[in-house]
Amino acid sequence: MVCMANLGVLERLMMDVLWDSPAPLTANELKDLLVSPDVSASRAKPLATTTILTVLSRLEAKGFVTRDRDVRPHAYTAVMSRAAHTAGLMHEVLGQVPDRQATLVRFIGGVTPQEADTLRQLLGVAPADNE
Amino acid sequence: MIIAAALLGVIAVLLAWPVPLALARADWPARSPGVALVLWQAIALSGGLSMIGSLLLYGLVPFGSALGESVVALGGDVQAGSLPAGTSVAHVLALGAAILLGTHLLLNLLATFVRAERQRRHHHSLIALLSDPLHGRPGMRVIDHPAPVAYCLPGAGHSATVLSKGLLRLLDADQVRAVIAHEQAHLVQQHHLVLLAFKSWHSALPWFPIANRAENAVALLVEMLADDHARRVVDDYTLARAIALVGFALAGFAAPTNSEADATARAAASASFLEQGLAAAPEHPAHQVMPRVARLVNPAVPLGHAATVGALTVAAVLLTGPALILFAA
Repeated sequence: MVCMANLGVLERLMMDVLWDSPAPLTANELKDLLVSPDVSASRAKPLATTTILTVLSRLEAKGFVTRDRDVRPHAYTAVMSRAAHTAGLMHEVLGQVPDRQATLVRFIGGVTPQEADTLRQLLGVAPADNE
Repeated sequence: MIIAAALLGVIAVLLAWPVPLALARADWPARSPGVALVLWQAIALSGGLSMIGSLLLYGLVPFGSALGESVVALGGDVQAGSLPAGTSVAHVLALGAAILLGTHLLLNLLATFVRAERQRRHHHSLIALLSDPLHGRPGMRVIDHPAPVAYCLPGAGHSATVLSKGLLRLLDADQVRAVIAHEQAHLVQQHHLVLLAFKSWHSALPWFPIANRAENAVALLVEMLADDHARRVVDDYTLARAIALVGFALAGFAAPTNSEADATARAAASASFLEQGLAAAPEHPAHQVMPRVARLVNPAVPLGHAATVGALTVAAVLLTGPALILFAA
């Protein structure tokens, strides 16, 4: 039985492998890629295929992974690329998704040009032209 | 009971409009944001209870002379399928409105919290996949993105403070410490609960302009409270610069030039700036930069002991008064 914290680490490792993989992977292919030293140098023994499948179904339930059920064994793909996930996340953080601001508490939003003027005088913080 | 209903009605009207308006326009909340935040919560709770209580008591007048007795009588009459003599349409409408309003506010609160919790869980799982821990600091994550953002993601047992690489590039070490202290204060003081409650209130009553004002005012006060926590870690100027730098960068502006700005120009600017900042106060949450920086540049003395005790007493009376009137009726 793998504990929750370990599952989180595994989800991360497996998503990294799936994101880097050009083609869908089966659980066994994933397992081989995970035990290769460059992916998980800290992991002493190979994972059981059942563990891999458990983590995969968790990732599927969370909507990060999709499974091709037409092939045997099932092949898994990342639903979105890492970059697309990050972009979506930042979209939400920057307040561009309506009704999502209540989820998190942000340090500060952007300033208007007038505010920028006053701030520059006040604090010596100058918006430089960085075209 | 009709007198109690009228009394609660007057309180409800006062708390729905003139009182919150006066608080939103006052300038002392920037001096003691914590006290103002308590008052806002007292006004919202007390206003809601007074409004519902007033309608309820009025609607129950035909059923008896005390709240408990008349509720029992109402229950019996509903089962019997008859209403006592003297029950008018107005009484029935008031009862219906009290029940609808109470249910609406509670269900909306519940829905807001459930939705936020679901979004937070999803956000947490994304953060776990996409960000890296900040070396040796539990609960701190770094996400690889050029926009300079910092935010905290509250959650029972697994809250996180997320910084972007863009932010770490933009700010120096002290400014980053200020940002982290600010976000930790949000988490420790559970600001998201207050924010969610007022967001729910606003979304339940979208046609009610005071609810919007209240939500914005509370959002600003919460930021000021977190700023005050950060001021214990860094000096005011460092925090003000951090806010300004991030505000600039997020508005599409690029990074700073020199920090050796002319001190006299700064002082001259600050007087008119302070006015602007306070005048521009909490209409739009996006414009929280000015009032926040204003009170860092020209720190005001917090409310005195007497004023603080006075304001908190008002809050206590607001919270207990309508409840006493309701249940004593």
